[in-house]
Amino acid sequence: MTKIGLEIHCQLTNLQSKLFCSCKANYREFKPNENICPVCAGMPGSLPRLNQEAVKKATMIAMALNCTTPDKIAFFRKNYFYPDLPKNFQITQLNIYGDTSVGGSGTILVGDKKIRITRIQLEEDPGRIIYEGSSSKNQITLVDYNRAGTPLVEIVTEPDFETPKEVRDFLNILSDLLKNLGVADPSLEGAMRADANVSTHGGHKVEIKNIGSFHDLEKAAHFEITRQESLHDRNIPVVQETRHWDDRRKITVSSRSKEEDMDYRYFLEGDIPWVKINPEIKTELKLKMPESISSKKDRYITKYQIPEQVADVLSSDKFYSDLFEKSHSQSNAKEIANIITTELMGLEDTREKREASKLTATHLRDLADAIQTGKVSRNSSKNALHQILKTGKSVSQIISELDLGNVSDETELLKIIGKIIADESEAVVQAKSNPQTINYLVGKVMQATKGKADPTLTLNLLKKQIGI
Amino acid sequence: MHFYQLMIKHLIKLGNIDKKIKSGEKLGACFGMPISIKDNICIKDSKTTCASKMLENFIAPYDATVISKLKKQDAIFIGKVNMDEFAMGLSTEFSAFGPSKNPWNTEYVPGGSSGGSAVSVSSYECVASLGSDTGGSVRNPASFCSTVGYKPTYGLISRYGLISYANSIEQIGPLARTVKDTAFMLNLIAGIDPNDNTTVNNNNEDYLANIDAGIKGKRIGIITEMIGEGIDPEVMTATKEAISKLEGLGAICEEVSLGMVKYSVAAYYTITATEAGSNLARYDNLRYGYEMPVEGYEFNSYISKTRKKFGPEVTRRMIIGGFVPSAGHAGKYFLKAMKVKSKLTKEINEAFKKFDLLISPTVPILPFKIGEKINDPVSLFLVDINTVTANLTGKPAISIPFKIVNGLPIGIQLLANSMNDKLLLQAAYALEQTVKLPEVPI
Repeated sequence: MTKIGLEIHCQLTNLQSKLFCSCKANYREFKPNENICPVCAGMPGSLPRLNQEAVKKATMIAMALNCTTPDKIAFFRKNYFYPDLPKNFQITQLNIYGDTSVGGSGTILVGDKKIRITRIQLEEDPGRIIYEGSSSKNQITLVDYNRAGTPLVEIVTEPDFETPKEVRDFLNILSDLLKNLGVADPSLEGAMRADANVSTHGGHKVEIKNIGSFHDLEKAAHFEITRQESLHDRNIPVVQETRHWDDRRKITVSSRSKEEDMDYRYFLEGDIPWVKINPEIKTELKLKMPESISSKKDRYITKYQIPEQVADVLSSDKFYSDLFEKSHSQSNAKEIANIITTELMGLEDTREKREASKLTATHLRDLADAIQTGKVSRNSSKNALHQILKTGKSVSQIISELDLGNVSDETELLKIIGKIIADESEAVVQAKSNPQTINYLVGKVMQATKGKADPTLTLNLLKKQIGI
Repeated sequence: MHFYQLMIKHLIKLGNIDKKIKSGEKLGACFGMPISIKDNICIKDSKTTCASKMLENFIAPYDATVISKLKKQDAIFIGKVNMDEFAMGLSTEFSAFGPSKNPWNTEYVPGGSSGGSAVSVSSYECVASLGSDTGGSVRNPASFCSTVGYKPTYGLISRYGLISYANSIEQIGPLARTVKDTAFMLNLIAGIDPNDNTTVNNNNEDYLANIDAGIKGKRIGIITEMIGEGIDPEVMTATKEAISKLEGLGAICEEVSLGMVKYSVAAYYTITATEAGSNLARYDNLRYGYEMPVEGYEFNSYISKTRKKFGPEVTRRMIIGGFVPSAGHAGKYFLKAMKVKSKLTKEINEAFKKFDLLISPTVPILPFKIGEKINDPVSLFLVDINTVTANLTGKPAISIPFKIVNGLPIGIQLLANSMNDKLLLQAAYALEQTVKLPEVPI
């Protein structure tokens, strides 16, 4: 039996400042070592100043994952020497002297399966080490402390996953959940990282570190399971160890470091007093918490009769569900959900495209109305949408500029239909004996009008002309 | 050798102050007052060495909160003063730049670790000094050099910019020649600071107002464990005299036992070593420090090599600090020490239900000669027995100059409950008024 447990690190990228100072939480725009101050650089005499907003955001995550939240939380020092740690200790949280981290045990549903969360803790991200130089002999180690002190939430799960696919599904759900809470943008480089613990056949657990992306996490789990199974088949015991994911070779490699023997000499961080999380704060946070993805999905289905699949896609995406909320009304909700999930998400499939897009909620509303009132066919609306994204012009302007308006003038349509009946005499005969085949003739009319003919009107006129 | 860095820059500032007078600008409360600063408190653009080779060339990039506050009051920082390396010691003999001498008798130690502070105040080189008190480091040298030394309630003065040794128990504290000067300094530097989450709101208390309120009717507990075994007879006599003087002023004195005091020194050294082991871990010479190129080293070997710059006492405590909280040993040492701390706090809180103040000699022995105890760390540790209680429990404590015996000073310590700093200063002032001490012989 395979057991996989995860340790996920997620930066609270939506915060203004770092966990213990006023440097920017968004360190990505800076040149190396320019987003630092005496506090996050660990200068002698500096003291941490707790970012209360980070505590709130982390508590929100704990609540969203159905974790217990203690009435007061404490911070601890994890002591170890490493070049990316300015103080040579990390301020983190610990639950060995009672539950004092932002979140205790919780659960989250992945499909039908309950995944147990062990704990959630708030801590500071270390700096970044960059290795330069080709061979190990002339390798240069550079350290950039811009990231040091970025608020980081660690989510630890029980070993409840049995397949790498379950891991991937969980990470997708978690990533959507964090986005939906408005606490983080997991798509930013390095914003969300994970380590995995893997064991098979009740053997020792192996920790895999250094996994750069979720995609690789699934691959690493796959590799590690195969490796352990093949050892098992040959009766070779699996050693309890830490292995590193080799991104280039796509394999896990034993790290000879003694990380598992490390003694972190944890003790209370005296520079940060215990933080009380009063019931009033918890209530306030609950009220402030955005609607959960699952409740959003249920609402879309029951209130607007949006098909389940569409509701699922729409509700899990914070950006598009927000856009939906801004643009829909009871009457056009289904149409808008449709436009977003079948067309828009495809047209804006990258962050760059999404940012460059000139589409607004008003555009969506107008476009849905145009479709519903027959001003534009669903088919032509795709063209219109494309132009809106590029130009930002109003829906009516684009319909008239591109001549996308429906041909619903009977005289004009009858002219075209007359011509088609003359050209397609064989099909007319066939339609008379088998009315189903009339669709072929409808298609011909559409072709002739470049998709602009009103489909219902066309069908009715055709039937009348042929006499069926 | 107690000023090793005269702050020429700040003396030049005198010129600016001159201008201020001429232009008729409003002058700060410390206008023109020379004040010395222990060399573990950061002054922007000045060296802050902690009397260590490790920080020999460290130039602080910012001002400690206490420094910004004093700058606003036009104080003149006349110099950074000597100390035991990283404030670990009680004789100032562990300074990497040489010991300081006691102005009352230069063969003797001035106490420590804020030795330079006490020397500069007692020898009239400045009006006041800021030291730091982790286990008695302000009160001990104040007692040895016959100055007032104050350790406030934990959190009353911001530690932002004080280079940490044992952050959960230490405080910056003023040393001055009189209790009034001490209260004056406290008025300027106390109060809540957004840069130090452990500071407490004192509602801008005025510690000078009503300082002469007297102690009539106040109940004072004499801590049994601090006047027993190991105390010098001269110190015992002085303590008895102090008690009878307080009784003469209308106080009611009786003995009170704090059983945990006998474990307090062991607990103190266990906790401080643990915290120091962590607080001093940042000195890896990668971001600041001294000249030693990193090229060609593996990280761990570089670290162990650069950290050899620590002196013997710091090294000793780093080794203890690596051991006592480690897995498999924490239960026997660190966690036990934390238990002593919490039991001692309970005991002293009980005592303060009955008493307004507690009294003891500041140091159980007279000042000793330079070199006399330097090779006997355990006997040095025991000198802290009367001072560590205030740190472990977070209570305010003060050392008041009380007597000179054979040319050597003896100080008396008073303690009060948390946030009763004002009452403590009133009592200290009352006791101070009962004695007239000779002038320092230099």
